[in-house]
Amino acid sequence: MSEAQNFIENAVKTNDVVLFMKGTKDFPQCGFSGLATQILNYLNIDYTDVNVLENEEVREGIKAYSDWPTIPQVYIKGEFIGGADILRDMFETGEIRSVLDAKGIAYSVAEQ
Amino acid sequence: MAMEAKEIEDMIIKALPDAQVTITDMAGDGDHYMARVVSKEFIGKSRVSQHQLVYKALKGKMGGVLHALSLQTETPK
Repeated sequence: MSEAQNFIENAVKTNDVVLFMKGTKDFPQCGFSGLATQILNYLNIDYTDVNVLENEEVREGIKAYSDWPTIPQVYIKGEFIGGADILRDMFETGEIRSVLDAKGIAYSVAEQ
Repeated sequence: MAMEAKEIEDMIIKALPDAQVTITDMAGDGDHYMARVVSKEFIGKSRVSQHQLVYKALKGKMGGVLHALSLQTETPK
């Protein structure tokens, strides 16, 4: 297994929630990555961000790993959940909360 | 070089002949589309699998020449 694949495997398996993205959670560098961070931040989820722009091998390797052609990619407890579209749909329908509950991931929503 | 909406639609329909495809050019630049795809092929599949079907139809264009394609997949009502 290449170094990038080892890195990916480790990141996905050892973090409850990991977001492979362009940029960082504080400075997303692409609209779709930004959308994913907004949703995870809004839900106050503790997640690890991986900036694929810093490593071309990881950027391509993650697409092969999940058979998914784009970034960002969200993993929860080692399972590929989806990209920005799917995360947005799940957020809007409330499905994301049942997935988080089922996987025992803490989240909270600030009361307006 | 972006893609034409018609080209995207044709590729999806070629792989999913029953699909109803609606493509919206989100930014008017031929590079940021929203595609809504309704097909019975999606029945019983997770969202990820549904989207992967559409990406396969686009034969590697996704993430390459086609930078941003937002997808909405649905099963027929």
